[in-house]
Amino acid sequence: MIAEARDGAQTLLKCLEAGGIEYMFGYSGGAALPIFDALETAGTKIKFVLARHEQGATHMADGYARATGKPAAVLVTSGPGAGNTITGIMTAHMDSIPMIVITGQQVTWMLGKDAFQEADIFGITMPVVKHSYLVKDTDDIPRIAKEAIHIATSGRPGPVLIDMPKNISQGPCNAPLDMPMDLPGYHPEIANVFNQEDVIAIADALNRSQRPLILAGHGAMLAHAGPELKFLAETCQIPVTSTLLGKGIFPESHELSLGMLGMHGTAYANKAVCEADLIMSIGSRFDDRIIGQADKFGRNATIVHIDIDPSEIGKMIRPDLQAIGDAKVILAELNKHVTRLQTQSWLATLNGYKKRFPLGYKKQGGLKMQHVLDVLDTLTKSKAVITTDVGQHQMWAAQFCKTEAPWDWISSGGAGTMGFGFPAAIGAQFGRPGEPVIAVVGDGGFQMTLFELSTAVIHKLPLKILVLNNHYLGMVRQWQELFFDNRKSGVDLEGNPDFVKVAEAYGAKGFQIKRPADIEKILTRALEYNEGPCLINCEVLQEDNVFPMIPAGAALEDMIIEKPKYRMEKPIGST
Amino acid sequence: MKNRTIVTTDTPVPMEIKPPEQPLHTLSVLVNNQPGVLARIAQVFARRGFNIESLVVSPANDGRFSRMTIGARGDAENLDQIKAQCGKLIDVIHCSDHTEDDVVSKELALVKVAVGPDRRAEALQIGEHFGCKTLDLTPDSLILMVTGDTGKLDAMISMMQDFGLIELVRTGKVVMTRGEGLT
Ligand SMILES: Cc1ncc(C[n+]2csc(CCOP(=O)(O)OP(=O)(O)O)c2C)c(N)n1
Ligand SMILES: [Mg+2]
Repeated sequence: MIAEARDGAQTLLKCLEAGGIEYMFGYSGGAALPIFDALETAGTKIKFVLARHEQGATHMADGYARATGKPAAVLVTSGPGAGNTITGIMTAHMDSIPMIVITGQQVTWMLGKDAFQEADIFGITMPVVKHSYLVKDTDDIPRIAKEAIHIATSGRPGPVLIDMPKNISQGPCNAPLDMPMDLPGYHPEIANVFNQEDVIAIADALNRSQRPLILAGHGAMLAHAGPELKFLAETCQIPVTSTLLGKGIFPESHELSLGMLGMHGTAYANKAVCEADLIMSIGSRFDDRIIGQADKFGRNATIVHIDIDPSEIGKMIRPDLQAIGDAKVILAELNKHVTRLQTQSWLATLNGYKKRFPLGYKKQGGLKMQHVLDVLDTLTKSKAVITTDVGQHQMWAAQFCKTEAPWDWISSGGAGTMGFGFPAAIGAQFGRPGEPVIAVVGDGGFQMTLFELSTAVIHKLPLKILVLNNHYLGMVRQWQELFFDNRKSGVDLEGNPDFVKVAEAYGAKGFQIKRPADIEKILTRALEYNEGPCLINCEVLQEDNVFPMIPAGAALEDMIIEKPKYRMEKPIGST
Repeated sequence: MKNRTIVTTDTPVPMEIKPPEQPLHTLSVLVNNQPGVLARIAQVFARRGFNIESLVVSPANDGRFSRMTIGARGDAENLDQIKAQCGKLIDVIHCSDHTEDDVVSKELALVKVAVGPDRRAEALQIGEHFGCKTLDLTPDSLILMVTGDTGKLDAMISMMQDFGLIELVRTGKVVMTRGEGLT
């Protein structure tokens, strides 16, 4: 059989499609022209979505992956187009999100000569990718495409960049579409081979513990370890707390769930960390936002660290016991060696904390973010895909929107990228059509990527944008109030547009909530509106603070439940 | 030709043999022989604030791979992190720390000494003591090549200091595990 003549760009698309890529989010430009043309000529089933900014495109691919567990691709041009993807790539990298980023590039013989729109994106992105390629030979494309998808999705996932010079995408490719990979230094399959003795030692320690605690992180989700985790917690009667990105791996309505821990986690989760005699992290990297002062974290506990990435072991906390490998595989083995533990009194203590320090807010005294989110949670029965931006609204969403299933909670954790929430919701909605997707955003972060309203409107995505509008960069204002004598500097969002009109100008539906009495009525209408995107602007209390709070770098036992009367020291550790 | 006085960064500084604050580690890294790999490795060290003291890169016996021998100073715990993070790079086949292993370790230096006829014999004699080869000889200078472990090179260079060093080029250390074990 004579193969049809194809160029590099067509080859690339065919290979990505064969590798399971269904969606490509991007923005066109000169150096990417051959690849854009191939979208028309290659006969590919890959669906292309035109974003309004390359950063938006990366967050869409990110949101798609976080909602489905499958990678999407990003396609942009060289120079400024490639440059605009950096925040999005970094965001994905920090949170271990698979993504294939294809950047157009100048022709190979002009590289290094400051040619028009040449940027060394291979070099620029090096610290924020799992791996990257600069393609120099058209015939390498099938191998590289296959490797890129394999690397992005296996082991600890992450973004992979493929820089495609124009003469490479335009040149003829004679290589077969299916080529073997050549990755002598990459062996993610060893994640399935764990050290049996490590697991037995963990089981022994667990069986001896009286106050055990499971700390479930994003890695447990990426490993699809939900059923094994639930079996372990229920069999042994161990309480479970999760990180921000671990939300959903264990149902938060479960009686053993303590919700999220850390800086703005629940008081009972943080107290559990302080009092536990064994803390077992499953796929969390002991981020500074959850451990506070590292040398005080779990001082009295045996620390167990289960992670797929050996470089995470001992990076922040030196564990007493460890197991390196896939969380699902390790837990399945661990579950064979554990028994029911006598944790009744431990659980009773924690239930006492739940009663004493519940997550709460007052329904009087103005419209509160917490109240809006609480009602949203009730109306959706905790069964919506929630994406968030970054700030106060994010932390309150984490507290009040209970996550019942994996892949339902989408938030930028490691990078804390403002502008993430709304485009991520667009990607999530593409990945899960027909399911409710709600972007919970602040007035600040939303304005960083709100132009993607065009994208959402054109595709008639029925997502809801809940703008929690406090007219402030609220989280920063909170720190200024607590640690800088309430001197407000660079946080007043004076000049915010009328968001309802903005939505309408883009052709989206707009709703307004101004009083607590409106919440249920308006949210119900918004949730029922499915003809396209809608935006709900909530004029919330301007100056409210998120509690509980552990000041950055402080120990978990120094958590504050409400605003202290005294002036607090400026945080020293971390940021 | 007139006598030239050449001042280099090596010339005026008397060699201070002060005990290093942190132990020197030697990492041997087998990598894909591809552009960009060195940059990726260097970034791992730089991010953690490690100064690379010596670096030798050359093709391995299997031409698809390169061998890097990296000398770096830092506390052991930090170095474990670096090792793990290097090992994570897709282009790294394996990465091992040979600090305490049973290895043979060699380095080579070219030493350009400012020495005229009056003291030449003396300099050559010292050179001979260190097993040096004389690579170049002019009325006012000579280039000696010395090989051996780092301590031997340090000693030879410090002796030559007395005549005046014009230039010094060291290759950096290479190591290989003894016996049949792989480096
Ligand atoms: C791109 C980016 N710039 C700056 C910050 C620092 N930052 C963190 S939260 C925050 C305020 C967010 O304000 P808003 O979006 O209105 O949310 P709110 O806290 O008011 O709910 C800022 C500026 C960030 N996280 N990301
Ligand atoms: Mg705000």
